[in-house]
Parts: sequence; structure tokens; C-alpha cells
Amino acid sequence: MMTGDGMFALAALLLHALGFVVLALAWPLRRLGRPAAYFSILCAVGSLAAALTAWQRHVDGTVSRMVWEWLPAEGQTLTTVGVLADAESTVMLTLVALVACLVQVYSLGYLSDEPAPALGRYYAYQSLFAFSMMGLVLAPNFVQLFISWELVGLCSYLLIGFWYQKPEAARAAVKAFWITKAGDVGLLIGIVLLWRQSGTFDLTELRSLVESGALPVAGLSLITFCIYLGAVGKSAQFPLHVWLPDAMEGPTPVSALIHAATMVTAGVYLLFRTEWLFALTPDVLAVVAWVGAGTALLAAIMACAQDDIKRVLAYSTVSQLGYMMTAIGAGFATAGFFHLLTHGVFKALLFLGAGAIIHAVHSNNLPQMGGLARRMPQTTIIFLVGTLSLAGIPLFGGFLSKEEILGAVWAGGLTGPFIILMVVAFLTAFYMFRVVFLAFFATPAAHDTHPHDPPMTMALPLWILAVLSLGIGLYFTVAGPALPFGPAEAEFHSPAWLMPVAVGSAVGGILLAWLTYQRRIIDAEALAGAFGPLRYAAHKRFWIDDVIDAAYGVVLLGLSRAVGWFDRYVIDGVLNVVSAWTLTTGDDLRTMQTGRVQDYVYGVAVGLMILLLWVRLA
Amino acid sequence: MGLEAYLTLAAVVFCIGFFGVITRRNTISILLGIELMLNSVNINLVAFARFSGDVTGMVFTVFTICITVTEAALGLAIVILLFRVRRTVTADQLDLLKG
Repeated sequence: MMTGDGMFALAALLLHALGFVVLALAWPLRRLGRPAAYFSILCAVGSLAAALTAWQRHVDGTVSRMVWEWLPAEGQTLTTVGVLADAESTVMLTLVALVACLVQVYSLGYLSDEPAPALGRYYAYQSLFAFSMMGLVLAPNFVQLFISWELVGLCSYLLIGFWYQKPEAARAAVKAFWITKAGDVGLLIGIVLLWRQSGTFDLTELRSLVESGALPVAGLSLITFCIYLGAVGKSAQFPLHVWLPDAMEGPTPVSALIHAATMVTAGVYLLFRTEWLFALTPDVLAVVAWVGAGTALLAAIMACAQDDIKRVLAYSTVSQLGYMMTAIGAGFATAGFFHLLTHGVFKALLFLGAGAIIHAVHSNNLPQMGGLARRMPQTTIIFLVGTLSLAGIPLFGGFLSKEEILGAVWAGGLTGPFIILMVVAFLTAFYMFRVVFLAFFATPAAHDTHPHDPPMTMALPLWILAVLSLGIGLYFTVAGPALPFGPAEAEFHSPAWLMPVAVGSAVGGILLAWLTYQRRIIDAEALAGAFGPLRYAAHKRFWIDDVIDAAYGVVLLGLSRAVGWFDRYVIDGVLNVVSAWTLTTGDDLRTMQTGRVQDYVYGVAVGLMILLLWVRLA
Repeated sequence: MGLEAYLTLAAVVFCIGFFGVITRRNTISILLGIELMLNSVNINLVAFARFSGDVTGMVFTVFTICITVTEAALGLAIVILLFRVRRTVTADQLDLLKG
């Protein structure tokens, strides 16, 4: 099992680490801005090459494991660090390396107006993020996974708050940090509980334990549920999804990399990586599926009511993450992982495309766009490719993975989630084409600026991703849904009616959006009015933020106040009484010291007498 | 006269001396009280030596007398110094150690 092929995966990881360390330590370089960016991009390109090689070496199912002892304990090593490169982790590694590299190039154009020190800081964070994410993807054990998991959370916080002068951005960063942290506590508890039961953190050992049936099943549901909680926070599942829309306060390339393609999918990846563990606890899997489907629906409804282009995409990400989770919950984690990969490509494309629009129009608001198709033809084509992929139109990247998920959920016997996902497919097509029609084709809004296609550094990554989105779709349409990693799993056969129905619902969504926002045959207000309460609820974000706020305000602050009162009055009170008593007693005892020699002599004599009496009587 | 008579005398002298030490206000009087207490001890030592036929006690008495003289000389010197500094020899007013 031990082969040298892990070197390439390790190199991909370490190149980003190099980028970060150099930018972090060599502050003169960092403060120069653009040279720092070039260095970081150089590392990213090298990392991408290494990741591609690693993928190519492992695609046939080879597993390389390179680990070093890290925490020596009595008799044995408690945990290791290193890389576990196999077909699944290297394909994910390639996705991370690819999107990270493209986003770094894109940022060069997008953030061209930033002051040089800020740009250097941005690239340092980007490198740290890519390193941490790769560490997570390649983690051979739960300890390294958890550390990387926290590191990507930290980078997410730093990059959301990149424009920390903006109060909303600072607030959003803190919110993202705390809400994901709430889930991370669950993950940590789960990992430790699992270690107590099995005595190892190592994924490979755990897997062999599970396969030989040696893992005690008692209490396993609690463990997997705790691990799932970590995924709920990171992958923005209900009810902890509230941080992701707010995370859009960060720069758009950051949203594309962290909050669409890689970090938010870490939860899905975790569940996919430990599917053998979750397979032992079908009850938790059912929770995963239902919560996933519910999240998908809720987020899709909210996406329909948003006017901020980035927030539409953010809710769409939440919704698609729900899709992936549902597939995992149905017991077909591979389908979810497949969607993760295609989604990573086309959602990064959509975000970067939205970034190009925002860069040109200087606004996130859909009503302030319109008629951009003529002024930004390249961006229009690119955005359309992404949208068609997301909507699940045949020949595009998202089509097959979406079919795969729907088939998996149907085969898993989850009729309820299946129907919800069908509705979500319809809604997805609707809200995405609402964006397309409003931004590119509707009557142009009065522009003070003259929007134009983005510069080369931004256009190139967009084209690469667009070609990839289309290319993946075409490849799988020709080659059939044999997955590009591991042994092909033909675990289920989708019924023949599935594809027409899914495509039909997507086309229906597109048609409705076309009639409403392009031809204006259906009045948008009337349509919204038909769903009055739902629209109101969507605008209020289904009151989930309010509930969390209230829970924070009442429960947490209330508890803190009670604890604070207890500390201030009870604990401090006891201490104050004791110290005051000591003081007065000392004051009283002080008067014994008269300073007169004769009193001391008297005292000595009396003491002596008492001693004598005591010796006599004893 | 038996041993008890000497011992009683010594006890009485000791008590007088002690009483003087703790009641007199004049520092010189306190020194005198201490002399009395030491001499009561001398009486004890001589009495025991006489009645047990052992001269060790008497030798000790000679030592004690020497030491007493030295102590008196030192004590008086301290009193004189005290008077120079504080302009008083009244024990009540010498309460620098008062807490």
C-alpha cells in the first residue's frame, strides 16, 4: 500500500504552505502587493500540476499512505500526520488546486484597486486556505482532519472580513466563525467519542475495523450524529445555514473559492469519506437526508426572493449542498460526491462571473443591472454555461450529477425528499434564469458606468471553468456516468422516467422565468403575490436568523448574566466577607501589642505558668 | 531550719522581684526587681548545695553573681543611653513596639 505516489499529493499541499510561510514571514515582499501575488500564483500553479499528477497516479484505485508519527503516547503513537492519497481524495485535491489557482489569478484583476499591503495579505490568506483545505482533503486521520477543518474556518473568517473597515463584513466574519464553531464542537465530541470506542483516529484502521465488524455499534448513532453536526455547520445545513449568505460580504473570488467550491463542501466530503461509518447508523442517515432536502427547499425559496446577485448564488449553494447531503443520506455517497465536484466547477464559474458583473457595474443589485448582454458578451456566455449547468440541462456539467442524485434518492426509497428535490430542481432553474434575464436581457438600467467585459486575468479563469463545465458534461454524456475516481459503482438504476421528469421540471422553471422576467406575460408582482406569505417568510429568511438571535440573546446572554451575577455576588461575596473578617480580626488583635515591656514580661510569665500547669496535669 | 524554709524565702523574694518588674514604672526599679529574682535563684542554688552536700550549686552561684553584676552594668548603661535619646526612663512611655 505504501508507494511513492503520495509524494505528489504531499507536494501539492506543501507548495501552498511554502507560499503562505514566505508571504507571512517576508513582510517586505508581502507589502509589495503584486510581486507577492505572483509568488503565490506560482506556488498555486505548481500545486495544481502536482495535484493533477497525483490524480492521474491514483485514478486506477491505487492508495498511497505517507504518515509520520506525531503524538507519541505510552507504547503506541496516538496520532500521525501525513497524506492519504486515493482516487477520491486526489480528485478532490485537484478540484481544490484548480479552483484555488484560478481564483488567485482572477483576484489579480478583481482586486487591482486594492492597496499593495492589503493585496499581499489577501494572497497570504489565500495560500493558507489552500494549504489547510488540502490538509483536510488528504487527512489520514481525524486529528489532522479536525485541525485542518478549524484552519479553513479561520481562513474563511479572515477572508470574509478582508474588508474589515466595513462593519457588515466584520460582523459577517464573526457570525460565520461562531456559527460554524457551534457545529465544530459536535465534530470534536464525535471524534473523541469514536476514539474512546475504537482506540484509533486513523481512517484506514477505522475502516478495517468497521469492515471486520469489530467496531461496537452501541452508541455509534450518537457518534455519527456528532460528526454530522460538524458537517451541518460547515456545509451550511439547516438550521446553521445562516452564516453563508452573510459571508457574501467578502470579496467575490473568496466567495467563489471558499463559500461555493471548496470549504463549504468539506462537510459533504467528510460524510463521503466516512460513509462506511455512517452506513452503520441508518437512523442518522435518514436525518441527514431529510435535513438535506429541507435545506435545499428552504434555500431555493429564499433564493427566489433575493435581489442581491451574490446572495442568490449563496442560497443556491446552500440548496445544492442540501442536494448532496440528501444523496449521502440516501446511502449513495458517491452520487453526492460527484455533484460536489461538478458543483465546485460551475458554482465557482457562476461566482466569478457574478464578480465580473459586479466589477463592471459596481453594484450587487439585480435591478441596477439589465441589458448587460450587449455590453459584456463574454460574461454572458460564461454565465449562461454556469446557469445551464446548475439548472441541470443535458450536456452541461451539472446535469449528470443531478440525475445521479435524484436516482440515488429514488433508489434509496426516500420518496418525500425525492419530491422535494424535484421541486427544488424547478426552483433552481427558475431563480437562476431570473438572474440571467434580469441581469443580461432585461431593459437596461440607467448606468453611470460603462460596463465592459473583464480584463484578461479575470476572463481567462472564467473561460477555463466554462470549458470545464461543458467538457465534464459532454465527457460523461459520451462515456456514460462512470465516475472519474475509484471503481465505478453501478449501485442503482434510475427509472427511465426520471430523466425526462427532471429535465422537464428544469425547463419548466426556465420557461416560467422567461415568461415572467423577459416577456413579462406573467406579472412578477402578481406571481409573487400568489405566494404572498411564502415570499414574506423568505424575505424574513424564515425567521431562522431571528430564532438564532433570540436564542443567543435570551439563552446565552441570560445564562451569562446569571453566571456573572453568581460570580459577582455569591463567590465574590464570600471572599469579601472572609477578607473583611480577617481585616477586623487583625485590627482587634493589634491592640494586644501595647509596646510596653512589662506587658510582654507579664505575657511570658502567664504563658510559662500555663505551660507548667499543662505539663503537670498531662 | 529545713530546706523548705530556704525555698520559701527564695520563692517570696522571687515573687517580690517579679511583682516589682511588672508594676514599677521606673526602668531602674525594674532592673532592681530583676536583681531580686536572680538572687532568689541564688538562694535556691546555695540551699540545695548545702542540703545535698554537693558544691556544684555553690560554684554556679558564684557564676550567677558575676553574670548578675555584668547584667546590671549593661542594664544601667542601656538606661543611660535611653535617657539620652528619649529624655525619660519611664517604662510606660517607651512603647515604640506598639502595634
